[in-house]
Amino acid sequence: MDVNNEYGLVWFQPSYGEFSVIRLSVPFRQALSRLTLPVMLMFSLGLVLIGRADQNFSDHLQIGLDDLLAPAYQLVDEPIEAVEHGGGIAGHLFDLDAENARLRAENATLLQWQGVAMALEAQNAALKASLNYVPSPAPHFFTGNVVADLGGVYARSVLVELPRSGEGDVVGAVAMDGRGVAGRVVDAGDRAARVLLITDLNSRVPVAIGPTGQPAMMAGTNGPDPALLYWAPGHPPAEGAVVLTSAVGGAFPPGLPVGVVHYDGQNDPEVLPLADLASLRLLRLFSYPVSLPQLTPIPHEAERVAAHAHARKQKHRS
Amino acid sequence: MARGPIARPTGFWRQLDVAARYTFPAASMMLGLFVIGMPFGLPGQAELWPVYSIACVYFWSLYRPASLPAPVVALAGVLLGLLGLSPLGLWAVLLLVLQGVVLAARRRLAQQPFLLTWLVFCGLAMACSGLAWILESLLTLKMLPAQPLVIEALFSAGLYPAVAGFFIRAHRGPAAVELA
Repeated sequence: MDVNNEYGLVWFQPSYGEFSVIRLSVPFRQALSRLTLPVMLMFSLGLVLIGRADQNFSDHLQIGLDDLLAPAYQLVDEPIEAVEHGGGIAGHLFDLDAENARLRAENATLLQWQGVAMALEAQNAALKASLNYVPSPAPHFFTGNVVADLGGVYARSVLVELPRSGEGDVVGAVAMDGRGVAGRVVDAGDRAARVLLITDLNSRVPVAIGPTGQPAMMAGTNGPDPALLYWAPGHPPAEGAVVLTSAVGGAFPPGLPVGVVHYDGQNDPEVLPLADLASLRLLRLFSYPVSLPQLTPIPHEAERVAAHAHARKQKHRS
Repeated sequence: MARGPIARPTGFWRQLDVAARYTFPAASMMLGLFVIGMPFGLPGQAELWPVYSIACVYFWSLYRPASLPAPVVALAGVLLGLLGLSPLGLWAVLLLVLQGVVLAARRRLAQQPFLLTWLVFCGLAMACSGLAWILESLLTLKMLPAQPLVIEALFSAGLYPAVAGFFIRAHRGPAAVELA
């Protein structure tokens, strides 16, 4: 059957030889097919080198792919969530009674806590007034849907959908779920932002432990609970002490809840995160204007120019 | 009605059929990478990515190498690296090396019983994952945890029969270019 060149649509090259747009001699074609593997191998090795030499290149590719995938994952996310929530009305009917009882009990406890919180708030306000406390600027925040947990074998991160309105630069924003810090935005495109979780191997968060604010570093281990490093020798963090972020280094604002101290089997201190990192659905991204991260050391002159530009942007915004 | 050989469409539709069959392995590989990334919240989902890619490259290089040419494997490797946040191009190199190894051994390996190809797959998957672990540790200059390797080993041993079962059906049906 001769269908060669009839439509000129056959761009592929089956080995059966029946179809081919460009007629090449058989030895030449064999040589070509034998060459593609080494050529592609050289190309991939080149990519590895480029990726090593210029981190921006792979970051750009990453952001492009994230922007492309976020809407697609958003589409499949809703049915998956619907299935997870027990298939709607029918799924909930069976445990409505137990659920109601649980909620009533929880409500009673929460009302007690509300009283405690209000009393503490009043006390806090009085103490701040007597100290002439200058409040830290309120962060700008918005809530984003977690569309995918695109962590790798050796990486822990999630993809958060950005709202259409355009939130400006969210790189460096602190991501929190309802209970505590989940991570930080490492790169962002137009539609999606990638949040590096506190459990990632590359995550380092300066923290303050307990009521005295003992400084330490929380380092991700790729496991579910990050490790605590560099605490003051002779003063090991107490089991159950609360872990808050610390402003050391300027990457995080102080006082955000992270987790509680726990000693693992090897008697090494680790942090049990408050945030439910295994099943994140919604994340709030807080952009703190004053503590923008300076991830790379920049020379004095550039820093001043950047600070000016930043100040101008702030003025422009307000 | 005259009983003769089945009338096959000619011209454009036949070419489209051939094209669809020819691109089936590559398309199923890319679609698989996308589906594994969906937010199911299953444990070990990230480890499924490399295992599935290795299975795809291994199976199709063994039984239908023309349908999974080296550029497609390189592209899938780059995608796998970007999705799994490993160094750029690292998985492309590993998958291409795997393809080279399988292509070199395919004349002997393709005639072997399934159990043996399964064992060889487990060995190659472990070699690939181990190499990825070593190279990634070297490239990022830190000792990466070895626990994912165990999960990858379990996945490759346990899931290959299922994946291969699906591929063997495809190999005889929707991916068979000679049936077009």
